[in-house]
Amino acid sequence: MKGLKIVVLAKQVPDTRNVGKDAMKADGTVNRAALPAIFNPEDLNALEQALRLKDKFEGSTVHILTMGPGRAAEIIREAMYRGADGGYLLSDRAFAGSDTLATSYALACALRNLQTDLLICGRQAIDGDTAQVGPQVAEKLGLPQVTYAEEILECTEDKIVIKRRLERGIEVVESPMPCVVTVNGSAAPCRPRNARYVMKYKYARATQELQDANEDYMNLLNERPYLKITEWSVNDITCDPQELGLNGSPTKVKNIESVVFQAKEAKVLDASDEAIDAMMKELITNHTIG
Amino acid sequence: MANFYTDNEDIKFHLGHPLMEKIVALKERNFTEAEQYDNAPRDFEDAIDNYDKVLEIVGEICGDIIDVNAEGVDAEGPQVIDGHVKYAPGTQQNIDVINQAGLNGISLPRKYNGLNFPITPFIMAAEIVSRADAGLQNIWGLQDCAETINEFASEEQKAKYLPRVCAGETCAMALTEPDAGSDLQAVQLKATYNEAEGKWYLNGVKRFITNGDGHISLVLARSEEGTTDARGLSMFIYDRNSNAVTVRRIENKLGIKGSPTCELVFKNAPAELVGERKMGLIKYVMALMNAARLGIGGQSVGIAEAAYREGLKYARERKQFGKAIIEFPAVYEMLAHMEAKLHGIRSVLYETSRFVDMYKTYYHISKERALDKEERAEMKEYQKLADIYTPLQKLFASEYANQITYDALQIHGGSGFMKDYPIQRYVRDARITNIYEGTSQLQVVAAIRGVTTGQYAKHIREVYEKAAIAPEHEYLRDKLKAMTDKLEAATAAVAAVGDAEYTDFHARRLVEIAGYTIIGYLLLLDAQRCDKYLKSAEIFIHYGEAKVAAHTEFINGFNPEDLGKYKKA
Repeated sequence: MKGLKIVVLAKQVPDTRNVGKDAMKADGTVNRAALPAIFNPEDLNALEQALRLKDKFEGSTVHILTMGPGRAAEIIREAMYRGADGGYLLSDRAFAGSDTLATSYALACALRNLQTDLLICGRQAIDGDTAQVGPQVAEKLGLPQVTYAEEILECTEDKIVIKRRLERGIEVVESPMPCVVTVNGSAAPCRPRNARYVMKYKYARATQELQDANEDYMNLLNERPYLKITEWSVNDITCDPQELGLNGSPTKVKNIESVVFQAKEAKVLDASDEAIDAMMKELITNHTIG
Repeated sequence: MANFYTDNEDIKFHLGHPLMEKIVALKERNFTEAEQYDNAPRDFEDAIDNYDKVLEIVGEICGDIIDVNAEGVDAEGPQVIDGHVKYAPGTQQNIDVINQAGLNGISLPRKYNGLNFPITPFIMAAEIVSRADAGLQNIWGLQDCAETINEFASEEQKAKYLPRVCAGETCAMALTEPDAGSDLQAVQLKATYNEAEGKWYLNGVKRFITNGDGHISLVLARSEEGTTDARGLSMFIYDRNSNAVTVRRIENKLGIKGSPTCELVFKNAPAELVGERKMGLIKYVMALMNAARLGIGGQSVGIAEAAYREGLKYARERKQFGKAIIEFPAVYEMLAHMEAKLHGIRSVLYETSRFVDMYKTYYHISKERALDKEERAEMKEYQKLADIYTPLQKLFASEYANQITYDALQIHGGSGFMKDYPIQRYVRDARITNIYEGTSQLQVVAAIRGVTTGQYAKHIREVYEKAAIAPEHEYLRDKLKAMTDKLEAATAAVAAVGDAEYTDFHARRLVEIAGYTIIGYLLLLDAQRCDKYLKSAEIFIHYGEAKVAAHTEFINGFNPEDLGKYKKA
């Protein structure tokens, strides 16, 4: 089989996993300054699936496509340290304030610039938890989609077989290629950064990051073109500006509340079948399960 | 989300030692490889940044994966299946991740796909790995066998084996036999040369071989029929792909349980001669051993670091008599001494690794071009220092790793004796460090020459004593000068008796006096670069001063004629 051209859609997100008191501002928006920016965890699971295909099929390439400010190039480098070949940073003020609809529109427009055999992304991002961007991109590009993927079992030029993790079990499905696959957090964790790639790619930069670059660095960049991270602005994609950013976003956030769960009371059961039976009945009655 | 490198500023501190600039410039041949290799550094800062970033990967893997797997690995251990080793599942996962991260061939040249790092950051990685799982260090750390191949094997052999090590194949050094442990001259494994085929074959048994089923083994064997001593031994490479060696059993050990310690049976196993015949033990094993002893130093420091952290944590959490036990003098004194010893052995470890780096790098450069007079002198000087510091650091690091783990368990009280806390594993893992790759008693045999020839004292007087230090620290140097005086006086007193056995009898005391003085000086010098180490310098020098006094007292009050009273039949 010929090498696959794989694109992984990824997002840089605030690390909401260890949220402290200062995670939200008084106006109800996320206090990004208080939360470190990280590679969205499920996008790392997606990257691992892509890299496994690259390992398997010689000549395959894996590129990251991300939309965000200049510093989002960090996750492209992070992916290159783990084995990705490079990436594209979609960055423009015109994209600011995008909801999932505007984001998927912009990503779909950017993807039309690329010839792609397979699109893989995380199921959802930990800042919004919508799980909408992957499926919307598939719709806009007219591609089939397989969501909640846990493992890519087989892949040929025209079809892919995928194990899906669903609420009540697993399902194995087949899809024609090309397609969009969204990957679950239960999939294999991403491989670590590789020492040789880190040393090779640590100076990779997107255009916006070059503002303070000195002559010495620019010379290096000319000698080593693989250090250039491709950056696209709104002018580099074919799109309708009305569909972008705030204009293209029907979602309006009305209010955000910080909800803290508290365990108020604990129930202790003895280790008998009767006690467990009683608890199961109670849980079914109050619709916690079933 | 733990990182065993970034959470430990002491390691990075040693990466910033002033001698690193020279080591890196030599190792990188003035940064000429950057044009040829995309991962080669362009200057000193770039190189240090590379080491820093790679150690960060090591730290992350160790914190998030290897440390988490350690308990399971300790419980399950490896097995023998059909004459071959199967690692514990956690060990296999650790190895897979390490290979994905490309952490192999760290100090090998780039032309074999190595990272071309100096030994110093390699030992730092060894320390970090050992803090997470000391037994894994025995498997991963054996990549230093490749260093011996790089030093002494033919170009053809290097091209064949080194890229495989860089790709993640594991190594073993097969030296010990049932009747040849510390005394390797007694090795009997037979190497026979088949004239018709132009090939060597190995037959016999090896015992206690760490990772004995590794892909590439360096084997010490008797190539000269009829000989019985070191001059009949040669070094061979055995490739597991030949499938002619079986693992008869794996030892059930007290500690480092993840590391398979194998009994091997060689049956007409094809092997390649390394370097010259008859030089196996005399030259190659000595080089291999010295590298391994530095690795054990790193392993000891890593275990000590893990144990110190556990002891400190428990002492802060555990409340008795209405307060945390760390508030009691009996407990905080233990912790203060543990920390000072830990800082001390780390300092002497990296002082030694820098000496090894200087010497080895010059050695490799000398194979490419003639060294000038100054370079030759420098290589010789560092070779001497590496030779006397290697056993000294191994002695102190391994003995202190035992003391620190012992005290850390003591702080846990009865809970420490239960298998519920990781400290019980650290105690067991530490116990081998002062036994293998030469027992402490044998390190003393190697180190005593540095005392009797006055080499330690010379280095102390000429380098440490003359180093620039803050005037307010002079009182510490005065103490160290007095300790050096005692070292010289005790050495002279023992030598005056003119009996080799008498020197052997006091050898450990003399070597330890040198060690207390050297480690005290190193901590004092560390304190010049970072205030943090002043406390450890003060505590250690005070401790060392008392130890030196006790040893001196013992030697001075000893009547040489009493030696007979100690002899046992």
